Amino acid sequence: MNLHEFQAKQLFGRYKIPTPNGQVVTSGTQARQAAEQLGGELWVVKAQVHSGGRGKAGGVKLVETLDSVADAAYDMLGQRLVTHQTLAQGLPINQVLVEQPSDIQRELYLAVVIDRVSQQIVFMVSAQGGMDIEQVADETPDAILNLFIDPIVGLQGYQCRRAGFFLGLTGDAFKQLQNLMQGLYQLFIENDGSLVEINPLVVTGQNELLAVDAKVNLDDNALFRHAELAAMFDPAQEDETEVVAQQHGLNYISLDGEVACMVNGAGLAMATMDLIQKEGGSPANFLDVGGGTTAERVAQAFKLILSDSKVKSILVNIFGGIVRCDLIAEGIIQAAKEVELTLPVIVRLEGTNADLGRGLLANSGMTISVAQDLTDAAKQSVAAAKEVAK
Amino acid sequence: MSILIDKKTRVICQGFTGKQGTFHSEQALAYGTNLVGGVTPGKGGQTHLGKPVFNTVYDAVEQTGADATMIYVPAAFAADAILEAADAGIRIIACITEGIPVLDMLRVKHAVNNYGVNLIGPNCPGLITPGECKIGIMPGSIHLPGKIGIVSRSGTLTYEAVHQTTQNGLGQSTCVGIGGDPIHGMSFIDCLELFENDPQTEGIVMVGEIGGQAEEDAADYIRDHVTKPVVAYIAGLTAPEGKRMGHAGAIISGGQGTAEAKFAALEKAGVRLALSPAEMGDQIFEAMANN
Repeated sequence: MNLHEFQAKQLFGRYKIPTPNGQVVTSGTQARQAAEQLGGELWVVKAQVHSGGRGKAGGVKLVETLDSVADAAYDMLGQRLVTHQTLAQGLPINQVLVEQPSDIQRELYLAVVIDRVSQQIVFMVSAQGGMDIEQVADETPDAILNLFIDPIVGLQGYQCRRAGFFLGLTGDAFKQLQNLMQGLYQLFIENDGSLVEINPLVVTGQNELLAVDAKVNLDDNALFRHAELAAMFDPAQEDETEVVAQQHGLNYISLDGEVACMVNGAGLAMATMDLIQKEGGSPANFLDVGGGTTAERVAQAFKLILSDSKVKSILVNIFGGIVRCDLIAEGIIQAAKEVELTLPVIVRLEGTNADLGRGLLANSGMTISVAQDLTDAAKQSVAAAKEVAK
Repeated sequence: MSILIDKKTRVICQGFTGKQGTFHSEQALAYGTNLVGGVTPGKGGQTHLGKPVFNTVYDAVEQTGADATMIYVPAAFAADAILEAADAGIRIIACITEGIPVLDMLRVKHAVNNYGVNLIGPNCPGLITPGECKIGIMPGSIHLPGKIGIVSRSGTLTYEAVHQTTQNGLGQSTCVGIGGDPIHGMSFIDCLELFENDPQTEGIVMVGEIGGQAEEDAADYIRDHVTKPVVAYIAGLTAPEGKRMGHAGAIISGGQGTAEAKFAALEKAGVRLALSPAEMGDQIFEAMANN
């Protein structure tokens, strides 16, 4: 789960990680009031969407009068911001953050991630902040220092000092970095982070550190022990169909193609998509219905698939292991009747009682055809989609 | 022979009296697994499925001589269950549970390294030596005792590989589902090493998917250390970047972890590729015939 910048900065505050003064608002009038309260002569208005690259996309405005703060907020709110990281339709801006600008002398980069290769927590440190870190890693890998942390021992003082010297920090900023890194590490551990990033981490004219941006991604599997964080979930930033799927315990990701698929198991679901492409079609989605393939789940899955108007045919690929295939077939037929399915459905059923299941499907009187095997199923689905498209 | 488990393996179930634990323990017993009891804290002294229930893994080990466990406890308590099993002296720990917080697994992984145990999973179907011992949620009936070792990150794709190698008569020595989480126990390389040294195993099917670089590491290992024929299939050629495809570990990020790169690395290492999930059986059959 991703947090908004303003939520991440609230979390930073609890760990004494310094951020610019600011307020999150939802209207132009509120933005003006916020700027008045903050004081000063310059303000930054930042669109709150779950994406990087907001600045280049027009989602960050530096303004000089209270009227222009209100105007900037008014112009952004209710619009969708398209960045190089979002889909073409962009993401809705429902809040903006009004902040005091920072006196930027240098821009650094600091992040905490879990590195699956070394199976450790890693601090990534770079003096080249304000840039896309993937680009830095590509072009000048030596400009990034990776500090690997033993999860049982935790972040050590020597690692923070090493980061400070690597970044060329001196005096107050050097000392401040030690506390900031320890705070960031605590934040990561105590809130089950999967990525915490400060880009840029600014060194001000007073030689102080300031987290000008903040990105926090959390481990979905750990949200059960962080009710307060879970409540920060913003469904408006997610694909609507994917959110509905999640509520029904289905794993769904929409894609651009015309052959939908419904599969039990994530690996087999990916493999089915690949096979559709191999046979000359294009998958419309990833959909894992999980282990217990009941009529209710299958009906939900059909509804999700049918909410995508691009879909021309549906491939159901079930490897019935523990659950008997005849029960699965009954579930598919019942669900197909419930949603009044008219698109061609091709079913590949394998496992316990597969013959019995195939017989039930073939005699169902629905638009269901039974495939011989996996390859046949993909071929039939692609052909059916092309037929419907004519 | 086989790897890790056989008919002598003494298995317990953690989360024994729960719904999942009960169902899969019944299945394991029906398959002929030497299931000697189970653990549910607070229910020690009871009998369940005709087997003794213990309060702790320590009691179970002391009284049954158990050396393997299958864990079906909920995600919030699974890390604790793995650590208890390791500390109580269990040798083979198969954790089926899905959805364990990654930081829990990170600590568990580092802690169990000190015990010298084999941790399988989490978020996996478990492992099976056909005809001898079934520890996990896989359907026993599709297996056939035989010569192919199977190692996979995905549950249902393991079943595909099993089904195809049963259909063509090769059968399986042992099948290990290593799980779909980014931080997990035994790796492809750990299993490849065991299969290479197992006389019963004559060929290996390896099933990978997008995310991480475990398949690339395995490719290097195969090139340098594996003499038996290996067939590999990788799922996720059509997966979009930045999306988690069902499994917590199945994600392409920053252009890393693509199926193309994994196929390429494996091909370069001399591994025979199954470019379709339907071809795993045919490919290993041909590879064995040529060997």
